Amino acid sequence: MIRTPLRPLARVLSARARGENPDDIERENLAQRHEAMRDRMRHRAEGRLFVLAMCFLCAYVVVGVRMGMLAGSEPTEAQVASTDSEIVAQRANIVDRNGRILATNLSTHSLYAQIRDMVDPVRAAQQLAVIFPDLDAAKLQAQFTGKAKFIWIKRKLSPEQMQAVHDIGDPGLLFGPREMRLYPNGRLASHILGGASFGREGVDSAEVIGVAGVEKAFDGWLRDPANNGAPLQLSIDLTVQAAAREVLYGGMRLMNAKGASLVMMDVHTGEIVSMVSLPDFDPNDRPRPLLTGDASDSPIFNRAVQGVYELGSVFKPLTVAQAMELGLMGPDTMIDSRSPLVWGKFRIRDFHNYGAQLSVTDVIVKSSNVGAAHIAMQIGGKRQREFLGALGLLEPTPIEMVEAPTGRPLLPPKWSELSTMTISYGHGLSVSPVHLAAAYASVLNGGTRVRPTLLKQTGPQYGERVVSERNSAEVRKMMRAVVTRGTASFGEVKGYSVAGKTGSADKPKPRGGYYKDKVIATFASVFPSEDPRYVMILTLDEPTETSGSIPRRTAGWTAVPVAAEMIRRTAPLLGLRPQVETGPIVASFRTSN
Amino acid sequence: MTEMVYGIAPARSGDPVLPRWWRTVDKWTMSAILLLFGIGLLLGLAASPPLAARNGLQSFHYVERQLFFGGLAMVTMMLVSMMSPVMVRRLAVLGFAVSFVALALLPMFGTDFGKGAVRWYSFGFASVQPSEFLKPAFVVLSAWLMAASQEVGGPPGKALSFVMAITIVGLLAMQPDFGQAALMLFAWGVMYFVAGAPVMILTTIAGGVVGFGVLAYNSSEHFARRIDGFLSAEIDPRTQIGYATNAIQEGGYFGVGVGEGQVKWSLPDAHTDFIIAVAAEEYGLILVMLIILLFTVIVMRSLFRLMKERDPFIRLAGTGLACMFGVQAMINMGVAVRLLPAKGMTLPFVSYGGSSLIAGGIAVGMLLAFTRTRPQGEIADIFRRRGH
Repeated sequence: MIRTPLRPLARVLSARARGENPDDIERENLAQRHEAMRDRMRHRAEGRLFVLAMCFLCAYVVVGVRMGMLAGSEPTEAQVASTDSEIVAQRANIVDRNGRILATNLSTHSLYAQIRDMVDPVRAAQQLAVIFPDLDAAKLQAQFTGKAKFIWIKRKLSPEQMQAVHDIGDPGLLFGPREMRLYPNGRLASHILGGASFGREGVDSAEVIGVAGVEKAFDGWLRDPANNGAPLQLSIDLTVQAAAREVLYGGMRLMNAKGASLVMMDVHTGEIVSMVSLPDFDPNDRPRPLLTGDASDSPIFNRAVQGVYELGSVFKPLTVAQAMELGLMGPDTMIDSRSPLVWGKFRIRDFHNYGAQLSVTDVIVKSSNVGAAHIAMQIGGKRQREFLGALGLLEPTPIEMVEAPTGRPLLPPKWSELSTMTISYGHGLSVSPVHLAAAYASVLNGGTRVRPTLLKQTGPQYGERVVSERNSAEVRKMMRAVVTRGTASFGEVKGYSVAGKTGSADKPKPRGGYYKDKVIATFASVFPSEDPRYVMILTLDEPTETSGSIPRRTAGWTAVPVAAEMIRRTAPLLGLRPQVETGPIVASFRTSN
Repeated sequence: MTEMVYGIAPARSGDPVLPRWWRTVDKWTMSAILLLFGIGLLLGLAASPPLAARNGLQSFHYVERQLFFGGLAMVTMMLVSMMSPVMVRRLAVLGFAVSFVALALLPMFGTDFGKGAVRWYSFGFASVQPSEFLKPAFVVLSAWLMAASQEVGGPPGKALSFVMAITIVGLLAMQPDFGQAALMLFAWGVMYFVAGAPVMILTTIAGGVVGFGVLAYNSSEHFARRIDGFLSAEIDPRTQIGYATNAIQEGGYFGVGVGEGQVKWSLPDAHTDFIIAVAAEEYGLILVMLIILLFTVIVMRSLFRLMKERDPFIRLAGTGLACMFGVQAMINMGVAVRLLPAKGMTLPFVSYGGSSLIAGGIAVGMLLAFTRTRPQGEIADIFRRRGH
């Protein structure tokens, strides 16, 4: 047994001594201790209760404040489409250089189902299958009666389809407002624009994001609300683009080519006025990229930007321009042109044998590979490489498309003397047509470097000087001679003084070597030659001209006539006045009525 | 002679019951509760017709039921509040025994009403949820045990009440009904806190909870995703929370007008868990603020009155009841404004519910009984201080 101590011991002992009952004293003491303890407890409990009360007060205040904040904010998520809420254009328009619409937004609706609200799922499924033949009634019915509460049915509806769905009258079928990207010009400029698709989707809106081309390159800018809906203005001229596509398509069919591309560039600003790659596609219904095979066989492949080719003899004017700039020769310097030129086990041949010597001008006019190789030997590989680098031919173009970095030039693994010779006439270095356009513009515009751009510029670019103004004019003169008395005689367009250079490059086989019967035919031109305004690079992929007894594939027979038609059609649209030879004025009179 | 024949006339010891009750009861709290019940009826008029329509009943069927059970609950509340603390304790012990047995037998005789959790007994015209009645009884019983443990040579009441709490939590978790289980634990914790929990234990628990949270967040992807989903600003407009938020925003400061609200048609729990969203949409922030104010008044007044209480049993029991009532309301509203993750909990007296109304009436009646003005020995204090 545990003995409880007698407390207070002194009083208990003295009471015992007096013979009194100590229990009373003990009980009284216990009561007192109890009382004191309760007081202590109450004191502590008071503090803790106060803490509790304050906690509750804080919590309620927080709930109240949060309620107030919520009540003060606007409801952001409307459950159903309300037509009175204005849909602001999320994505800026894209326009051409004259403000014509290239890409814009269209209000449409998506269709979704709230299963819980559906009255007659079976009937709704059947009716929907009637309206949309691509939907399967049985599958829809299974979805409507299944576990899901919410189902997307269609991304975009036409107004007629929407009305038809409306007429089903099922409250569970709901419409979500959508903005879809619309390209009113269809296939025109399809590669430049690229395309757009939906990103994250919600009931009352969906993101529209660019997937390719300018749409993707400027995705952030186009979606930036800070721009206040300002359109993105491109350097493209829609009318020129339309004419160019039409002519190029006709030329491609006529020359039995499997593909074609065109780049037309303002020589002073670097603006690409028109750029076509065939075959093309409709960006409103962008095809899926190929999963197997060669990516360049897909219509979404942009031959002008992504396609790098050995473009052939069109490189010769660049070689000659550099040689003259270095002071190695003038237009009339004679160059050894005995074919074949033997270098080790490698032979460089010309199309015809042009005799022992040709002037530099005639190397261009007659397109002598041997002559170009001799010129390149005098320049040397290192200087050649520096010059081509200064023209931007050794790195991807800075053009404002997401595909631009994929158009990376293919350089020879080792820039040997043989490479130097072959590159002088355009073999061994693969570049895209846009590369070539920029290089031509830089050499021919008076000799200052321009960089290709798709954005409208306010004035000419004055880049670093690559050749002198005098040499630039000399090269143009030689190229003019190519048209007047050389390989590009079909390229003459009356009044526009076309200058140019043909290039017919054998296509390389995938496993090395070159095809004998497949060429890339290019006509690189500038017009008018005295006061250059535009550079135009037109390439045909595997053309065959069959009007003669033997099929002809050289550029002079294939690319040049198409280019001439192109200039004939587009130069007036570009505002170029034909230079008509003025005879003596016979009479002049004014009409006053 | 008369006395010899008829016996002695019953002498009243002190005042008659009713005037004394009226003098001593906390009239502010009682008015607040009556007002809440009135608001509940008003909102029921708006929120329950869609439910009635769905169940094929007359549109105001649920309002009538609410009125009937609410009236019953109010009468119960008044009757209980007239009892003395000792009577309340006896009632609680009795109620605890009955409702605990009922709770334990639920798995055998209960129904789940197709909601996946066996929580109810069905009696045809009404259903009863034993845990609702167990809550106040448990609080009072625990308070008694804890208070007794403070006596010199008293029983180990804190440990006993803890064992009780854990047993009940286990039974509730089996149903499963984590909301009620958490509420029970919370009430026990608050009482333990006020009864003088050592500071050491409090800090350990707080540290443990934080540590566990961090650990769980870092180690469990599922847990982390739940928390992130809750914290992120994006709300899926098709969830209950999304609808509720939308309703509060639609309502703004003054509401869209009586009967004009839409949320009641889309929310299956508009008449119970999300009644505050209906209030916010139709009557605006003003009514919501009034509701919050009423709950604040009830909790704060009760706690402040209990601060003066001298009897540890009354103090603990009152604290438990008041805090349980207050926290239930807070969780309900916190969920609607997305301060707390979704948890099915009714708003006391405002939400629809038969047996929960009556149980609530009993609980609040007990609270009122405990917060009645009583002599707290102030005179004795004065005498003692003077050294008598």
